Amino acid sequence: MSTATDRRAPDDQVVPGETFTPPGGRSGRDALSEMSNPHRARAVKDVVARVVMWAAFALAMVPLVWILGTVVAKGFHMLTTATWWTGNQRNINSDDFGGGARHAIEGTLQMVGFTALIAVPIGILTAVYLVEYGRGRLAKAISFTVDILSGVPSIVAALFIYAVWVTAFGFSRSGFAAALALVLLMIPVIVRSTEEMLKLVPNELREAAYALGVPKWATVVKIVLRTAFSGIVTGVLLGIARVMGETAPLLILAPYTKNFQRDLFNGNFPTLPMMINQDRGDFALATAAERMWGAALTLILLVLLLNVIGRVIAHFGAVKK
Amino acid sequence: MSTVTGVSAADQTPGPDRRRPLQSDTASTGRIGDRLFGGAATVSGILVIVLVTLIAIFLIVQAVPALMDNSANFFTSRVWAPGGEQPAFGILEFLWTTVTASTIAMVLSVPVGVAVALFLTQYAPSWMRRPAAGLVDLLAAVPSIVYGLWGLIAFAPVFKPVQSFIEDKLGWFPLFAPTGISGGTICFIGVVLAIMVLPIVTALSREVFDQTPTAHKEGALALGATQWEMIRTAVLPFGRPGVISASMLALGRALGETIAVTFLVSALADGNPWSWSLFNGGETFASKIANNASEFSNPNKTGAYIAAGLVLFVLTFVVNSIARVVIERRKAFTE
Amino acid sequence: MAKRIDVTDLNVYYGSFKAVEGVSMTVEPRSVTAFIGPSGCGKSTFLRTLNRMHEVIPGGRVEGKVMLDDQDLYASSMDPVTVRRTVGMVFQRPNPFPTMSIYDNVAAGLRLNGVKNKKTLDGIVEQSLKGANLWTEVKDRLSKPGAGLSGGQQQRLCIARAIAVQPQVLLMDEPCSALDPISTLAIEDLVNELKNDFTIVIVTHNMQQAARVSDRTAFFNLKATGEPGRLVEIDDTTRIFNNPTEQATEDYISGRFG
Repeated sequence: MSTATDRRAPDDQVVPGETFTPPGGRSGRDALSEMSNPHRARAVKDVVARVVMWAAFALAMVPLVWILGTVVAKGFHMLTTATWWTGNQRNINSDDFGGGARHAIEGTLQMVGFTALIAVPIGILTAVYLVEYGRGRLAKAISFTVDILSGVPSIVAALFIYAVWVTAFGFSRSGFAAALALVLLMIPVIVRSTEEMLKLVPNELREAAYALGVPKWATVVKIVLRTAFSGIVTGVLLGIARVMGETAPLLILAPYTKNFQRDLFNGNFPTLPMMINQDRGDFALATAAERMWGAALTLILLVLLLNVIGRVIAHFGAVKK
Repeated sequence: MSTVTGVSAADQTPGPDRRRPLQSDTASTGRIGDRLFGGAATVSGILVIVLVTLIAIFLIVQAVPALMDNSANFFTSRVWAPGGEQPAFGILEFLWTTVTASTIAMVLSVPVGVAVALFLTQYAPSWMRRPAAGLVDLLAAVPSIVYGLWGLIAFAPVFKPVQSFIEDKLGWFPLFAPTGISGGTICFIGVVLAIMVLPIVTALSREVFDQTPTAHKEGALALGATQWEMIRTAVLPFGRPGVISASMLALGRALGETIAVTFLVSALADGNPWSWSLFNGGETFASKIANNASEFSNPNKTGAYIAAGLVLFVLTFVVNSIARVVIERRKAFTE
Repeated sequence: MAKRIDVTDLNVYYGSFKAVEGVSMTVEPRSVTAFIGPSGCGKSTFLRTLNRMHEVIPGGRVEGKVMLDDQDLYASSMDPVTVRRTVGMVFQRPNPFPTMSIYDNVAAGLRLNGVKNKKTLDGIVEQSLKGANLWTEVKDRLSKPGAGLSGGQQQRLCIARAIAVQPQVLLMDEPCSALDPISTLAIEDLVNELKNDFTIVIVTHNMQQAARVSDRTAFFNLKATGEPGRLVEIDDTTRIFNNPTEQATEDYISGRFG
């Protein structure tokens, strides 16, 4: 809070300066004292605002520290057990201790990887259309639908895939079906973040490329996308991180299995969120709760790891040579 | 446009001095490249439109038969019995819970989120801006299922006495009337949702506040404005459309949040009396659907849940449309 | 070989707004032609029509004829990409590609057009940087980012980048307006050398600069705000600055307006 008082000092100096009364009549004194009040009120308001902002930040930090603290405190032990990173949950009941999470870790990574494979190209190309090509009605319509899609709740995306994939086409639930729902959730994230990054690329660079006789597509691919590369990578990773923790589509479309399962297209599929969900009904049991916290911590670590990797890639992508 | 794709003028003429003319082997495919790449971009964009349209169509097509067989009023009934010979289902309870919990979330998270964003961009000493922003982003990176877990095991016991306190002091007011439910009340869910969407509000607001032109800020300061006045006259007006879109995104997220709510809700027994209390239980659209995913056995039953999902879709659609209109209008003012 | 530009009755529009009206002029090869005139008179707009750069701005279009020797730049069979490869451009603010090294910046135009041969590129990069009087300053740090150079060096880098694709004509849109006097001088010296190889058109706000570097000078003016800009006269630079035909030119030169 020391800066708060430091910054107040100039204001305090201003106020007495303004109230300095020249020798002379009452009218001058009145006019100046009238001025001083609003000044003091302004200074007070300024300080109040500063205090409120600091308090808001402190308040926002409470749940963060609380959540992360709880997850680490209650889940860390699980991550240090021998089987956590190697085994699965086969034949482990709610009241049994431990078991492994490798099946769920692999499943989650496989699923989001597959999701990104579909969603990233569509998302980036759509953003390129909106920024580099789109004019008029079609661009407006696309932009509007991206907004809608970004507001589509994960459960609705899951229902849609269910309605198409299971009800209409008659396929059974699978990891693939869940990945399709995740694609729907990921596309708008990628479009919006890529769009922002493309808009940040100065027009001067496009002009410079055009003036060199570079065709538009090459300008977009090799100048614009390359300049925006680091930002796009960050956006992609945030998108992956977002869908990595999504549970609703898994709940509807990809029933959990305690076993190893690599096949996205047939049968149940293990994922970390569903592993947490598995023990939901028995959270009062210490064994189940600990497993849930362990899976939660693992999930958070995966998300963070992705972020770190993204930043490193972005860093090296930005500074070429 | 031109049909000439093969030969460029630069190829025909020798370069200045002793240089060889340009060997532009892709210049010839330049126009094809443009057509392919531009075409791919356009197709992707159209695909997004098609997807959203399909979502609406499929949901409607599968909801309608179930709604036709519905013997209760879909919008005003609180019964949910979609199976059986005489299906009867209505969404009133879900609508009330969803909207009320989300409203509580917005009331709490928008002011705090904007204040945090202002803190991060205007007030925080420069050494702590990056790490502090990173911490808020971290909060956004926490998967919602973790919020659910934390709310269920860690936060609910702490919230309980707060709720009893309010019930004691303000229980005469219908919104705070005691209902005997102390776990996943609407109010509790609203608070958890507020925490969940706070980083969304903050992150996006921070971005736009950061982009406030220095000239605007210095202009205000040069006129003798205090820091707060500068923020009010330069930063907030500039950032308003961004704050609104951030809030709407957050609202959409709160309305549709599934797994955290599913972890927390107290489902109400059939035939429970209506209550205005925020301390009542009740399922949201999302939690109801998620909790019954295993019940999608016959088309009519599934159709009932899809109908509920459709209402949720429309709800978020309306929110987004409002946001869009507001942003467009603000843009017209600020530009 | 540097080429001659012939413009006949050119009108430039942005949407429904007529920005420039009725310009006819000839730009001689291997010479420097300067465009001067008050702000908003359309000189930069007109400059951009000489390599069809106005087309990247939505709604930009022209009526009239621009001939590069015997090629009609606006013929329906003419590819704007080809036009820009033949008529290069340097912009107001230096705009090196921020993700690229000095070497890559100079090589960008060639690489993006498919030249991959390392030896060819090395040769052209060196020659272009020498041509832009930048070689001795950067030859030891070709792999460093171009954005790390000073403003004047960046602008010369952009000139090197432009001449690396071996254009016939070099358009310069107020190339010194963002530079300090010493860097400006370096660019002006460079322009003097470049005219041995290229046809150069330079837009400038600085009349002394026009007088220093150009062989011929065109004066643009507009009647009032919102009216299209037009060419008042074009003549030998010495004549424009000493004994112009039009009263408006004399008023502008002598600082009575603008």
